Amino acid sequence: MAVATEQPRPDLREPAGWRRTKNRIATALMVLAFVLVIIPLGFVLFTVISKGASVISGSFLTSAIAVNVAPANVGGIGPAIAGTIEITALATVMAVPLGVLGAVYLNEYGGNRPLARLIGFMSDVMTGVPSIVMGLFIFSIWVLHFGYSGLAGAFALGCLMLPIVIRSTYEMLRLVPNALREASYALGATKARVTVTVVLPTAIGGIVSGALLAVARAAGETAPLLFTILTVTTVNRNVFSGPNTSLPSQIFSNAISPYVGAQARGWGAALTLIAIAFILMIVARFVTARFTKSLR
Amino acid sequence: VSTVTKVDPAGPAGSTHPLSERRPLGDRTFQAIALASGLLVLVILILIAISTSQQASSWFSTEGLKIFSRTWNPTANQFGALAFIYGTAITSAIALVIAVPISVGVALLLTEVVARRWASPIVYAIDLLAVVPSVVWGLWGILVFAPWVQHIYTSIGSGVNGVPVLGSLFGPPSSGASFFTAGIILAFMITPIVTSLSREVIATVPVIDKEGAYALGATRLEMIRGAVWPHSQGGIVGAVLLGLGRAMGETIAAALVIGSAATITPHLFAPGYNMPSVIANEFGEATGEFRAGLMGLGVLLFIFTIIINVIARGIVERSARRHRGA
Repeated sequence: MAVATEQPRPDLREPAGWRRTKNRIATALMVLAFVLVIIPLGFVLFTVISKGASVISGSFLTSAIAVNVAPANVGGIGPAIAGTIEITALATVMAVPLGVLGAVYLNEYGGNRPLARLIGFMSDVMTGVPSIVMGLFIFSIWVLHFGYSGLAGAFALGCLMLPIVIRSTYEMLRLVPNALREASYALGATKARVTVTVVLPTAIGGIVSGALLAVARAAGETAPLLFTILTVTTVNRNVFSGPNTSLPSQIFSNAISPYVGAQARGWGAALTLIAIAFILMIVARFVTARFTKSLR
Repeated sequence: VSTVTKVDPAGPAGSTHPLSERRPLGDRTFQAIALASGLLVLVILILIAISTSQQASSWFSTEGLKIFSRTWNPTANQFGALAFIYGTAITSAIALVIAVPISVGVALLLTEVVARRWASPIVYAIDLLAVVPSVVWGLWGILVFAPWVQHIYTSIGSGVNGVPVLGSLFGPPSSGASFFTAGIILAFMITPIVTSLSREVIATVPVIDKEGAYALGATRLEMIRGAVWPHSQGGIVGAVLLGLGRAMGETIAAALVIGSAATITPHLFAPGYNMPSVIANEFGEATGEFRAGLMGLGVLLFIFTIIINVIARGIVERSARRHRGA
């Protein structure tokens, strides 16, 4: 006891002086970094909402697209909304099943084989292919032979979505516990049956939310649509033939217009597009939250 | 169903051979379909390379090495890509200089500083940033941000005019739609991906390393330097390269705010052009050799981004594997 009391007490106070100041500065810089992210985000959202909300009305959302010189209260974006829905839906129908199957190959069949690793790697690389290159690609192999159409745009968007869906589905399949697979094998089920009836249903929540995020990304893309669908001013109900239009294409053409009316309609279209993307994102988060709760 | 009907006739009667090598047809078909879907990725990448190079072949063959010349003049049939390559390099460099410190800072804030319940709104904000479409950034950039930032450019320009290096970088002529504006907008757009990848990398730092540093009396900054940084350096480089790939290929926002002037100039506040923007703005009206040239720019862009992405993914994968093994 006597020895212990004679020992100098360890200094457990906060580090003092310059070290402490440096630490504080570093923390302040990190907070500053976040503030620098929030400012442009807030600025963009504020502008889009304040300028877009005054334009949006029932007739704006459904009317045909007006000429650029028309004042802000004339015309609307009906054809662009219709085109975005048609083209994105078609792209989703193509990309999501193929992407899920590709991920099934990677996780359930491929394992550590060189081919599977190559496909997984190149799929990640494919997410980095610029969207404008996808547009040029579909222009070369499709539009030159079959002309502009919503289908061509859907091909381009589908090519963008495919690797995103593969990646997100693959991550979800990896979370499915192996015990579930083994229990099904023990009952004599084939691998295909195990995959379709056990693995995919278990992971469905994550797959759906990944697909929704891919849809949100595709719905906002302009570059792949520039040379595949062009723009039109009335609704084209046939997604398989004839030029079409979309919200992003319409915003792009309004943004380069010098007319105030066209610019105002551009803000309205931008608010509509952001609203669609946010709704998809929130639904995706909701699905993820429910899914992770049910797994625990 | 197929498991029952596909009994191997050579096998013992009444047995469905649960352990035999030969799997039922339905099972093999499913595997083949899955494999085909996976192979589709490789097929698409190869088709992109072939079809776009075919369309651009006349540009590559008639211009030869002159594809890298300085003059881009469609009316005189001169198609040198150097100005666009230069613009792509400059705008991506500006974007990285702005986005990387911010992204790494936010990633550290999320992993090392804030409590979990504060982390989720921050992640939410970053996700919101990622959801804003490129064309909306462009619309805001050209109608709101460019006119506003032009005043700042002008006052900076008059301040540094005549100063040796600064004068040529930031001096007049200045314009709201410029290399620098495009770089700033690109920085906003790549921040989410660089942040989330850096965060994933930093999250793999073993807790024991961090606690070891704290136990030695390190402050948080010293812990980050000593434990987090050596561990995640490689992965963050990978994340930055992926951000670079994005910045190089990002099209519509840059097309709207870059100013559309094919010039090679050190003036960062002057209007410029980059590869994706010139394709986006001019491909629609281009024919013949002009179109082949723009298609060729697309091929070059594809090659550049593929190279950068392969390197980046390689780095990210290797650092992830090393940490999983450790």
